[in-house]
Parts: sequence; structure tokens; C-alpha cells
Amino acid sequence: MAAVGPAETARAGWPAAPSRGLVVWIVALGAFALLWANAATLAPWAQEWPRAWTPRIAFSISAFMRWLVDEATSGLFTFTEFTRFLSALVEAPYRFVLAILSTGLLSGQGSQAVQIAPPVSWAGIIGVFVIAAHAADGRRLALLAIACLGFILVFGQWDSAMVTLASIVVAVPAGAVGGLLLGLAAYRWRAFERAISPVLDLMQTIPIFAYLVPILFLFGFGPVAAILATIIYAMPPMTRIAVVALRGVAPEIRDLGRMTGCTPRQMTWRVMVPAAMPGLMVGVNQVIMLSLNMVIIASMIGAGGLGFDVLSALRRLDFGAGLEAGVAIVALAVLLDRTSQAFAKTTVQRAHADGAGFATRHPYLLAALAVVVASFLAGLVLPPLARWPEAWELSTGTFWSELVRWINVNFFDELEAVKNALLLNVLIPFKRFLLGLPWLGVALLAGVAGWTLSGFRLAALSVALSTLIAVSGLWEEAMTTVYLCGLSVVFALMIGVPIGVWSADRPRVWRVVQAVIDTLQTLPSFVYLMPVVMLFRVGDFTAMIAIVAYALAPAIRYTAHGLHQVDPKLIEAGRAAGCTPFQLLVKIRLKLALPEIMLGVNQTIMLALSMLVITALVGTRDLGQEVYIALTKADTGRGIVAGLAVAFIAIIADRLIAAGAARARARLGLSGQGGS
Amino acid sequence: MDEKRAPAPAPFLIADTMPDTDAPEAAAKLVCRSVWKFFGPDADRLGRAADEGTLRPDELDGATAVAAVRDVSLSIREGECFVIMGLSGSGKSTLVRCMSRLVEPSAGEIVFDGENLLSASEKRMIEIRRRHMGMVFQNFALLPHLTVLGNVAFPLEVQGVGRSKREARAMEMIALVGLSGREHFFPRELSGGQQQRVGIARSLAVEPDLWFLDEPFSALDPLIRREMQDEFMRLQSVLKKTIVFITHDFDEAIRLGDRIAVMKDGAVVQVGTPDEIVLAPATGYVSEFTRNVTRAKVVKVSALLSPAGDVSPADVAGEVSDRATIAEAAPLFGESGVRLLVRGRDGAIAGVLERDRVAAMMMRG
Ligand SMILES: Nc1ncnc2c1ncn2[C@@H]1O[C@H](COP(=O)(O)OP(=O)(O)OP(=O)(O)O)[C@@H](O)[C@H]1O
Ligand SMILES: [Mg+2]
Repeated sequence: MAAVGPAETARAGWPAAPSRGLVVWIVALGAFALLWANAATLAPWAQEWPRAWTPRIAFSISAFMRWLVDEATSGLFTFTEFTRFLSALVEAPYRFVLAILSTGLLSGQGSQAVQIAPPVSWAGIIGVFVIAAHAADGRRLALLAIACLGFILVFGQWDSAMVTLASIVVAVPAGAVGGLLLGLAAYRWRAFERAISPVLDLMQTIPIFAYLVPILFLFGFGPVAAILATIIYAMPPMTRIAVVALRGVAPEIRDLGRMTGCTPRQMTWRVMVPAAMPGLMVGVNQVIMLSLNMVIIASMIGAGGLGFDVLSALRRLDFGAGLEAGVAIVALAVLLDRTSQAFAKTTVQRAHADGAGFATRHPYLLAALAVVVASFLAGLVLPPLARWPEAWELSTGTFWSELVRWINVNFFDELEAVKNALLLNVLIPFKRFLLGLPWLGVALLAGVAGWTLSGFRLAALSVALSTLIAVSGLWEEAMTTVYLCGLSVVFALMIGVPIGVWSADRPRVWRVVQAVIDTLQTLPSFVYLMPVVMLFRVGDFTAMIAIVAYALAPAIRYTAHGLHQVDPKLIEAGRAAGCTPFQLLVKIRLKLALPEIMLGVNQTIMLALSMLVITALVGTRDLGQEVYIALTKADTGRGIVAGLAVAFIAIIADRLIAAGAARARARLGLSGQGGS
Repeated sequence: MDEKRAPAPAPFLIADTMPDTDAPEAAAKLVCRSVWKFFGPDADRLGRAADEGTLRPDELDGATAVAAVRDVSLSIREGECFVIMGLSGSGKSTLVRCMSRLVEPSAGEIVFDGENLLSASEKRMIEIRRRHMGMVFQNFALLPHLTVLGNVAFPLEVQGVGRSKREARAMEMIALVGLSGREHFFPRELSGGQQQRVGIARSLAVEPDLWFLDEPFSALDPLIRREMQDEFMRLQSVLKKTIVFITHDFDEAIRLGDRIAVMKDGAVVQVGTPDEIVLAPATGYVSEFTRNVTRAKVVKVSALLSPAGDVSPADVAGEVSDRATIAEAAPLFGESGVRLLVRGRDGAIAGVLERDRVAAMMMRG
């Protein structure tokens, strides 16, 4: 880090005094206190950015979008024609897949449509999945496929699940191929990589909601817009992973390609991409998982399917229905995740058996076709095989509703007491405190933190971004965001770090903990919200619990990971010096694991921020709410400005913590290892 | 790797003191003239300086660039097996990659069959690599998604050769390296030795004129390595290719090489036949390698030849070829033989081998 400079050099030249960092902090805090005490009377603009000075950024963006849609033209075609073209590009394959999975082949429009061919029946689809799972990884995965799809079928989620599956089937290849192409371009041209990498960074920090708004505006409400949003959301990680995978191809393989005289195109498609395939498949797996993460959010702009079921259940506060649809999403996610991972491991293996005839080369493909045909014929004879009868469906909905009601009836007072105690003693005072701070002072402190941790550039970035938030007129919402997110992160760390420490050197415990947090991370974030809402109703407290639950995993993971990484020789040394286990933990292990733990804190903050937007549904009044309102009104400018504000908070937190971790690492003499 | 480079042994003098092989260039397949390769931010400038001859020795000590290849001049003759030997990091791989322009030399000239490769277009290079060069890699570099057959046929596939034709050719090559029956295996289903056989078969599929092998056997166990060396010698006796063979193993070098170039810190310190290197190491660095070599097993009869003069048949204990090693010739003296008649390649008498000289050599180890 070039920027460790100022503080270090100052220390060298000024040995007697305390470090200049400390002096700066004292001065800054003094100035801050002065500001805080007097801003309201002396310089009200420093306390709260005057409305009148707020530029109408949101308005301008909205106007620009309107101009795009109404007037923009490239000469050859108008912008609207372009978006229509994109829609058609997505719509056609989606309709086709949907016809196969769910609606059947229709002729005619809307309600007058006549079905000419039925969709593949549930028996056929389960059969195909089982065959695919078996092809990928044998019997155990096949059983898993039966269990997952069986659950979906028996609990009456089939139709919705197929709608969701159809959009996944369209979004995943598009996202994977798009990401791969971008990755190839970034791999080939450094300049292109430099150009897109900040964009990718930003896209991963802007809450998804924020770009839902312009998509909604440009493409209208419906599955096409939802699929496009999903593709955009899932593509950046694929691009990154593709670049890493391509870079990771052994240099000898690259040399081989050139030595055999490959043209650039042959080099890409015959050598690099196949050789990078295992890595690329990890990316595809990511795309699948992210697409499934998007399911519920995408349903806000018309995706339908399981996501819509969860969302409407949440709105009705029908816990049972929401839970079943949520678990159906998880079942789908688990199935697709495991199957794609298994394929990733085997693609390399059976890519081509040369020579042999079609049947011997593709036994599974033929079997799948046979199953589809057989299930169709069987469905004609036995209707339940074509359509699972409603009478056979199970539901646990009433059970869950009863359970929640029972808890509410019997423990209402206790729950309420806990909630109120926390609200009154922690949440509300902290919120008041934060909202009372003058924005100028906060920006100043962020700048000082940036300066002492890293240097001038980080300081400038922190001040600039905080000021921008203030100028945009969203200071209050931003501070509410910081308050919710900050408290949640503190709670998540208070719970997560001890669990991490406790399980780090107990391999058995760690295995269990790891399994649990892995599962927690595959659950769609909405699922966390539901039971909490049922127990605590809407409000900040509910939001906070959901965020803590969601953001707990990285706190645990990174703590344990950091402790695992500590050099055993140092622990030996500590033990030899006669440290008690407690001293060992505090003085050596935690200290050395600190950089890694800070990365965990960073991740926790990022997850908390992304969850915050979702908690807008339960009535918080932060930036998330702002985005959500923009979404419901299709107000592009407002959505983008609020989204950017969230991204700015994320960037400030991310850069400050990363700089702190780098500093800690440098001080401990650990080399640049570790990383994200 | 040796961290701190010893100052290069006067790299500028090497080209002068080391007669750049005695063969006329006409018979040379590949010629390197003052080839340099720099890595690092300053590489371009240093390369230009080297080309113009304005490079000062002290510039090389700067930390801004690594001189991976320093002023190398070599000429590789048609049909010979030319071994480049040196420790890890001495620049062997970089040099051999310069020869095929996988790595762009910073300065110098590479002449292949009379054509200057450095002025060839990228298209022409693709053509040359496709038709005239083959390479075997240390870690095999097999494509994991292709079977043995697919891997061996790959260079032909890239050229657009039809499926049946390229697979027929690939099957031939697979048979040549003794892997028949395993064409449909995937690389990871093969042992290291077998994988390298695939690499060899692949590099031979296009019938290259110039065959590069970059430490082909280094990743193998000693026993397998020995076996592969025998296999390689068998192949070479059939194919008679022009070969550039890289190794860090001196025994391998003297076993396989017709001529050996010893590299240190990017520069070639000696070029010669195994005999020359063993009998007259040019520097202390080279003699480090030769110290543990049993000379009699390396040195050929031709190196100890005495003029035939007017020997009477009675003195002669037997006959021997001038290409036999001293160790092979020694038993022929029997109990009391004084000299052996030596015949050259053409069967004519080349001279005699005296017992005293053989004894003197064997005593030295
Ligand atoms: N792409 C590169 N960038 C920077 N330095 C390089 C690069 N390739 C090689 N070098 C340096 O050039 C020197 C020679 O490397 P080279 O790989 O040619 O050695 P080698 O003799 O083949 O060693 P080995 O036996 O380990 O394969 C080394 O110091 C290496 O660090
Ligand atoms: Mg090498």
C-alpha cells in the first residue's frame, strides 16, 4: 500500500510525540464535538443539507430515462425498438421452455388460447431430472432429485416451481454465456478488464432493487423484465470467475496451443475454454445459485412462480404457505446446485468417446427422451400421472400457522418484553444519536478514518461519497441504514465470533457448524424474514433479527478460518513461553487472526446491506424503503439515487475495513496472502 | 533457484571465445545469433540496447530486468540431438521458447531453414509451427477433455485434416510409442510415463522437422525416466529428427546428446560433444557436473585414437568401432592385448586404441 506513508514518516521524524494519527484523531473529534454542539445554531447547513440546495438528480435521471424511451434513436433504430428486440430475444425461448414445462403448446392469445400439446407431465420431468442426476453422480444424487422434486410435487408447488424453473432455464445459459464472453474479452484485453472491473464492483454493491427499477421502466412488468434482471444480477460473478479460470490455465497448455499453430479463435474455443472448464463450471454453478437467489426479488417485477407465492404469502402474513414455497425454492436450489456441481466434476470425464455410435455415446439422452415419451403415454392412460391430483396434495400450512399462533398466545408477553427492552434501550437511543449527528462531522470523521488507515486517496473518497449522500437529500435514510446495519453487524459479530472461536479447534463441532452455515447461506433471504415477522410483526426490530440471522454465517466462517490459519509454530512458541490457553487465544491466536476476521466483518456488512433492502418490506424507513417505494412507482431516478447511496455506504465501509485489514496484516508481518 | 546471480561470465566475450560450432551454416537447421531475452519493466529498452550493441555490463546488475537469456549464439545441425543443459532457472525454457517465438526474443536473430523467424508474420509463424515444429512439455500439457486419440490428433485437427485421416495418423503414432489399446483413455487415467508417451506421439503427429523437448522426463520417477530415455533413443534411431532437448540432468544430457550446450544464468558457457565436455570442461561450473561422471562410460573410442602407423596384425587383440565407449572397448583387450584396431563409420581403419591410454583413463575414473 503506497498510502501507509504519512503516519509512518511522521512517526519517524517526530519521535518524542505520540503518533500523529492519534493527534489527528483528537483534533478531529474535538472539531466534531464543536460542530455537533453548535451546528444547529451557527451553521445549519452543516447539520442538515438544505432541501433547497439539493440538486434534482433523481428528477434528471427520470427525465433522461423518459427521453431514452420516447425519443432516443441511433439513427437506424430507436431505443425502444432496441429494448423490444432484447425482450423478444428473451421472450421467445422463455415461452418455449414454459410451454414444455408448464403451459403446454398453445395456439392463440390470452384467454382464448387453445392447448395443442400438453406440457411434459410431472412424471416425465422427475424422470428426466433423475436420469440427469444419475448421469452426473450416480444413485445418491438421483435419490436427492426424487426427494427434492417429490417434495415440490406433494406439497402442491409443482406449477409455480415449473414457472420458476422455466425462467432459470432461460436465465442461466444467457448469464453464463454472457459472463463467459465478457470474461474472455477481459482476459484478452487488459484495457477492457480495467474498464469493466469497477463496473462489476459497483454492480455487486448496488442493491439488486436499484437496478430493478430501470429494468422495470424499460421492459415493463412481466417475466421478461424479471429474467433480464436475473441475467444482469448473475453475470458479474461469472465474468470474474471466467477471468480467474482462464488465467489459471497452465502456461504449458497455452504454449501447446500456440505450438500446434492454433489461430486465436482455435486457441480460445479448442484450448483455453475446454482447459478452463472445471473453473468455468464453478461459475455456472454460481450463476444458478444467484438466479435462484433472485427468484423472490424478480417476482416483484413480474416473474411469477414460487417467488410470487412467497411474496404474496409474506404480504398476507401466511407463514405456512410462505414457508412451503420458500422451502420449494430451496429444494430447487439444492437440486440444481448439486447436479451442476456434479456435472462440473464429470464434464471433463466423458466429454467425448470417439468413434462409437450415437446411442453408445449418449445413452442418457436417449433414456431421457424415452422417459418423456413414456410418461406422456402413461399420462393418457392414468391421468394422475399427467397431473398430480389436488386431493393428494399435502400442506403443513395450518400446522405452522397454529404453531405460530400458539407461540404468540402463550409467549406474547415474553417476546414483547424482549423486543421492547431492546427497542427502548438500544435501538431507539442509537438511532436518535446517529440521526442527530451533523453530516459534515460524519463526513469529516470518515475522512480522518480513511486518512489514518490508508492515506489521502481513501480520505478523499470517504469524504466525497459521504458528502454526495448528504447532497442527494437522503442523509436521514442513509443514517437509518447505517444504524440498522451497524447494530445488526455488531449483534452478528457478538454471536458469530464466539461461535467461530469455539468451533475453530473442535473439528467435529466445526463440521456441524459448517454444514449449518452452508445451508443458511443457500436459503433465500426472505425465508429469514417470515418467522420473525410472525413473531414480532413489522418494524426495525424484526428487520434487525432477520439481518443478524442472514449475516451470521460470514462472521463465524471467517473467524474460524482466521484461527485455523495461524501458524502452529507461533502457538507452540506461545505455549513454550507459558501462556495459559486464554492468553494464547487472546494474545496470539486472535491477534494473528485479526486481518482475516476483519474480512469477515466486511462480508458481514455487505450481506447486512443487501438484506436491508429486503427488510424494507417490513416497514423500515431507510434507503431500502426508498428503493422499494421507487420500485412500486417505477420511479427510475429515485430508485437509482437511493441505490447508489447504499452502494456508497457499502464502498466506504468496504474500503475502510480492507485498508484496516491490510494495515493489521502489515503490522503483523504477514505477507499479502489471505485476500477476499 | 539461485537467488543472487553471479555476475555473468563476461557475456560479451562468449560469442568471440566460443567458436560458434565448426559446421557451415548451410547444414544448420536452426541458428541463434546473439539472442537476448529480458523480463521486467525495462525489457524493451535493454533489448534495443542489446541489438545496437550499446548494452553496458553494469546495466544488467540493475534490479529492473531479469536477463533470462544472455547473448546466446548456437547452431543446431540437421539430424542431430542437441541438448541444452543447465540448472533450474538458467533460462533453458526461455531459450527454447525463443527458438519457436513462443517467447519474443528481446534482441538477436533466429534463423530457421534460412528464414529469419523474427521478421516472419504471425500468420507465417502459425504455418511454421503447424508444419515444421513439434514440442513436448515437462508437465505433458495434455488437454484434459480429450482422449489419448483426441490429444494425439489435436495438431492435425487444428490444421483442418479430416477426421478419418487424422485418426489414422494418430493411431500410427500411438502404436509407435507403444500405447495401442489405450486410445480411448483420458489423460488422467494414465500413468505419468504413459502421459508423456501421449505428449511425444502428439508432437510427432505432424512429422515436424524440428522437435523440441522441454525437460520431457523430469516429472517422472527415475526408473520410468530411464525407460523413457531408452524409448526416446529407439525413436530417434528410427526417425532421425533434428532435436533440441532440454534437461537439467547431466547424465541424461550425455546419454542422449550428440552435442551439449551448458547454460548458466542465461548464458551458454560451453558447447561440445559429451566427450569434449567431459574431457575438457571449459569452466569450474561445468567441471562440477562432470566430476561424478564415469568417463570411460562417456568417452568414445574416437577420442583416444592413435594413428594406425604400421601395426602388424599380431599386435592387434581385436577390432572396435570408433563410436563405442571406452568402457565397451576395454574388455576386448583380454588378458594381455596391447592395442585394438579401430574402424570408422565407413568400415575403413581409423587408427588404433592403445591399452596404456585406456588404462590411464580408467584409472582416473
Ligand atoms: N514470464 C516471465 N516473467 C519474468 N521472469 C521470467 C519469466 N519467465 C522466466 N523468467 C525468469 O527467467 C529465468 C529463466 O527461467 P526459465 O524458465 O527459462 O528457466 P529454466 O532453465 O527453464 O528453469 P527450470 O529448470 O526451472 O524450468 C528465471 O529467473 C525466471 O524467473
Ligand atoms: Mg524450464
